[in-house]
Amino acid sequence: MALESYIREGLKKKDILLMTHIVLGYPSFDASMEIIRTMVKSGVDIMELQIPFSEPTADGPVIVQASQRSIEKGATVERCLELAGWAAKSFNIPFLIMSYYNIPFKYGVERFAGAMAGAGLKGAIIADIPPEEGMDYLAAMQKHNMEPIMLISPTTTSERMKFIASFAKGFIYCVARKGVTGKETDLTKELEDYLKRCRREAGLPLAVGFGIKDKADIDFLKGKAEIAVIGTRSIDIMEKKGIGPVGDFIRSLR
Amino acid sequence: MLQPKYYGEFGGAYIPEILVSTFEQLVKAFEEAKADPSFWKEYEEILSSYSCRPTPLTFAENLTRYFGGARIYVKREDLNHTGAHKANNVMGQGLLVKRMGKTRVIAETGAGQHGVATATMAARFGFECTVYMGEVDVERQSPNVFWMERLGANVVSVKAGSRILKDAMNEAMRDWAANMDNTHYVLGTASGPHPFPEMVSWFQSIIGTEARRQIMEKAGRLPTRVYACVGGGSNAMGIFSGFFDDPVELIGVEAGGKGPGSGLHASRLAYRDSTVGIAQGYKTYFLQNRDGQMNDTHSVAAGLDYIGVSPILASLRDSGRVRFEAATDNEVLDALELTVRKEGLIPALESAHAFAQAFKEAPTMKKDDIILINQSGRGDKDIFLIADALRDPAWMEFIKKKARDYGA
Ligand SMILES: Cc1ncc(COP(=O)(O)O)c(C=O)c1O
Repeated sequence: MALESYIREGLKKKDILLMTHIVLGYPSFDASMEIIRTMVKSGVDIMELQIPFSEPTADGPVIVQASQRSIEKGATVERCLELAGWAAKSFNIPFLIMSYYNIPFKYGVERFAGAMAGAGLKGAIIADIPPEEGMDYLAAMQKHNMEPIMLISPTTTSERMKFIASFAKGFIYCVARKGVTGKETDLTKELEDYLKRCRREAGLPLAVGFGIKDKADIDFLKGKAEIAVIGTRSIDIMEKKGIGPVGDFIRSLR
Repeated sequence: MLQPKYYGEFGGAYIPEILVSTFEQLVKAFEEAKADPSFWKEYEEILSSYSCRPTPLTFAENLTRYFGGARIYVKREDLNHTGAHKANNVMGQGLLVKRMGKTRVIAETGAGQHGVATATMAARFGFECTVYMGEVDVERQSPNVFWMERLGANVVSVKAGSRILKDAMNEAMRDWAANMDNTHYVLGTASGPHPFPEMVSWFQSIIGTEARRQIMEKAGRLPTRVYACVGGGSNAMGIFSGFFDDPVELIGVEAGGKGPGSGLHASRLAYRDSTVGIAQGYKTYFLQNRDGQMNDTHSVAAGLDYIGVSPILASLRDSGRVRFEAATDNEVLDALELTVRKEGLIPALESAHAFAQAFKEAPTMKKDDIILINQSGRGDKDIFLIADALRDPAWMEFIKKKARDYGA
């Protein structure tokens, strides 16, 4: 099923969907498998699997550190794709790859899209590829029926939102605030207005990420977006309390 | 819309969406400044009154005699205020910041030269300033950290990644992504996303314009070969740009570190260890592994210790217009000692790479050939490293005494 239909279907039963994010291979590949299992069991609707990159310029300290550790412990792109393939085969929710453009570029953009399709993944979120630079990437994704999730931000003009949305599939990832991942986001009228603007221009379901941390945040997003994205917070909990409590945390968000 | 510029297959602007409007604004300000003759005039004016432009061209008579080959001339970027060519770019971007109405500047630094230059510019123009510097570089370039802090800059020691120049760049990008409303990122070299390679090269072209005029005046003819060290590529682009249309051989000298095959170097274009990649916002040759993860690099010169290289230089390598060589740490220290002894010039460790390569070639050249070396900076800042490498006994004694004075 295409991502957009999956999301629309899901919204018949839930008032907002949850997408969680993990860094593959952190703290280990075995742990990544257990985290995925735990998250799916706790009712996560979509998962974003980050292939670590050594220069993650759009990420904050927690994900930077996790990426670095994963690479130091020997995470390769091949191994990450294998794990993602295992996840897609084992669980009945959509899985997406998240990374930076050098990862598919070095692998071969076309070959990368093919490998994602072969692994049963649904699409990808690439943090540093504006559409102006993305023609090869977008063509490869289309060829292999992979959905490119595009990002928009509070600094994106309405005209540009339309432009970006014209290349997007599945949903639009709305970055909730300026800055990098990790810091909290204030739930303000400004955020609400921004999401209204996204809604008007995008024509696709909206996911909101960067700094979403608890039930109050998610309640705020209900009716304003289709998907709430939990990133740094679950890594934090895993680091401080372990994998089991990540499941408790996710169940507490509903 | 972004209109990313390419040089052959290199360059572009691979930036997160949050920064796109900031880049659009910067490109617009830069294009307007380029089209406005009064901007360049103001730039030259400030560099001649606040710094020492035009910097002199020195005939290195003793070195010329010593090698017995080509006549050696040195372009003296070490005589800029704050001691390196970095001052040019920084004052230029400072003027742009004023035009854009921003009030805060951030910068990455390796050797600390660019950080000191940015902190100086910020003090002069009244901007707030934060400088990101890898933890390893903070340790090897303490005197520069001291001056940046005196100048009012907030120096942030970066502990992520390899803790050197590239990591400081990442951290500056992250700051910019949060604070772009009042902040400009003063990138220190001719790398990064468009417009930085073009913009920094434009500001540094003042070196080449002067050098060409000066060598014509002094020697009555064009140089045979021009040598510049290459970190990100700004001083090289600066001096080369004076000679692109001339029959002059241009040689970029990279950090050979411990030599080819050692894995401990920062040569992207001379040794064939790099591959094309996309990182830090642009496409060029990077020292990276098969997966696209960046490798650790090494150089005795912090300012050359970098994974990528100017996309303009990458394209000039592929077209054959610029030849690339590398000088090893040991060759560089030898060249530095010789230059100090013979000419009383103290090149920065970075600049000494250009001297080292020129010295390899000078004896094989004809007496009426002319060599032009860009001395991108002065070596005073490197006193701890140089004294260390030379194991200078008097210096070691001095440091021990200082340590005792401080109760260590
Ligand atoms: C004196 C000096 N020369 C050269 C460089 C290398 O930079 P670029 O290649 O941009 O000239 C640096 C960088 O810090 C420097 O301080």
